[in-house]
Amino acid sequence: MPLASGHSAADDRTEHVVGNLLRVGVLIAAAVALIGGVMYLLHAGSTQPDYRTFLGASSPLRSLAHIGRGVAAGEPEAIIQLGIVLLIATPIARVALTLVAFAKRKDRLYVAISAMVLALLAYGLLFS
Amino acid sequence: MSVYELTALIFLGALSAGLLGALTGLGGGIIIVPMLSLLFHVDIRYAIGTSLVSVIATSSGAAAAYVKEGYTNVRLGMVLEVATTVGAVTGAVIAGIIAPKVVAIIFGLVLLHSAWQSTRARVDHVADGPPDPWSRRLRLDSAYPTSQGPQSYLVQRVPFGFALMYIAGVLSGLLGIGSGVVKVLAMDRAMHLPFKVSTTTSNFMIGVTAAASAGIYLHRGYIVPGLAFPVMLGVLVGALVGARALPRLNTQKLRLVFSIVVAAMAVELLFNAFTGRV
Repeated sequence: MPLASGHSAADDRTEHVVGNLLRVGVLIAAAVALIGGVMYLLHAGSTQPDYRTFLGASSPLRSLAHIGRGVAAGEPEAIIQLGIVLLIATPIARVALTLVAFAKRKDRLYVAISAMVLALLAYGLLFS
Repeated sequence: MSVYELTALIFLGALSAGLLGALTGLGGGIIIVPMLSLLFHVDIRYAIGTSLVSVIATSSGAAAAYVKEGYTNVRLGMVLEVATTVGAVTGAVIAGIIAPKVVAIIFGLVLLHSAWQSTRARVDHVADGPPDPWSRRLRLDSAYPTSQGPQSYLVQRVPFGFALMYIAGVLSGLLGIGSGVVKVLAMDRAMHLPFKVSTTTSNFMIGVTAAASAGIYLHRGYIVPGLAFPVMLGVLVGALVGARALPRLNTQKLRLVFSIVVAAMAVELLFNAFTGRV
C-alpha cells in the first residue's frame, strides 16, 4: 500500500458494516413511523389539525423518557416520535461504530476525534 | 382540511421533493421548508423541524449505497464533522434566539444562492498546490477506485475547508437543511477533492450534521409527529424511486427545472417574510 493512500482493507470492512447499519437503521425507523402513522390516522384522521400557529409539540412528545412511556401506553403519536428518535440515532450509531473501528486499530488520534463528534451528538439528543 | 387530506397531500409533496432531490443530486431537504410554509401554511419552526427529519432520512439512505463503493473518505468526513456538528448546535441555538421572520429571510437568500449554484457546471480540480501539513498530520490523503485501479489524491487547504464546514453546519442547524451546496463548495473549491469523493463524503456527513441539531429541535417541540411521518416516508419513497430512474434520465434539463422551482420559492418566501406573513 503506497504511503499516499490511507485506504486499507480494514477501512473497506468498516465501510461495509457502516453501510449496512445505515440501511437497517433507516428501514427500522421508517417501519416504526409507518405503524405509528397508520394508528394516528385511524385515531385522529378526521380531526382538523392547525400548524399555522406555533405552539410546539406537546411536552410528552419532546423527551426520550416521555416518548418511551407513551410508546408503552400504545399512543400513536409517541410511536411516530420513536421512529424519529431511531432515525436521529442512526447517524449517531454510525459515529459510535466508526469510533470502535478506530479503537480496534489503536488509532488514538481518530478515537479522540470520533469521541468529540459523538459527545456533541449525545448532547443534542440527550441533554439539550 | 382534515388530517387524512393533509397527510396525503404532504406525503405526495415530500415524495416529489425526494424524487427531484435524488434525480438532481441536490437533496430534497431544501424544498421541504418552502413547500410546507408556502403550500400548507405551516409555521416555519414546524417546517424546519420536519425538514431536518427528511434530511437525515435521505442522507442515511443514500450514504448506505455510496459508502460501500469506497469513494467516501471516512477520516476526512470525521474530521470535518467536528466542524459541522459544532456549527449545527450553534445554528440551532441561534434559531431559538432570532425572530422566525429573520430565519425566513436567510432561508430565501440561501435558496436563491442554491438555485444559481445548481445551474453552474462543476469543475473537477486536480490537486496542484503544495501538500497540506494538516492533511499529512491527520492522514487525510487517500485513494479512490477508478476503472484503471486506485487513484490517489491529496487533500488541500484543510483549515479553510474546516471553516467553510462550520458555516455549512450553522446553516444546517438554523434552517433544517443538509447544506449540501456549501459542503460541496468546501470540498471542490477549497480542498480540491475529486468529484465522487466530495459528493459521497459530503452526503455521508449530512446525516450526522442534521442529527446534531435534530435532537435539540425535538426537545423544543419543533418536530411534530403529524407532519414528520408523511414527510419522512414520502422523501424516502421518492429518493428510492429517483435513484432507480436516474440512469435513464437527462439530468441537465431537470437541474434547470429544479433551479427555477427553487428560485420561485425563494422569491415567494422573501415576499412573505417582508410583508409579515411568516
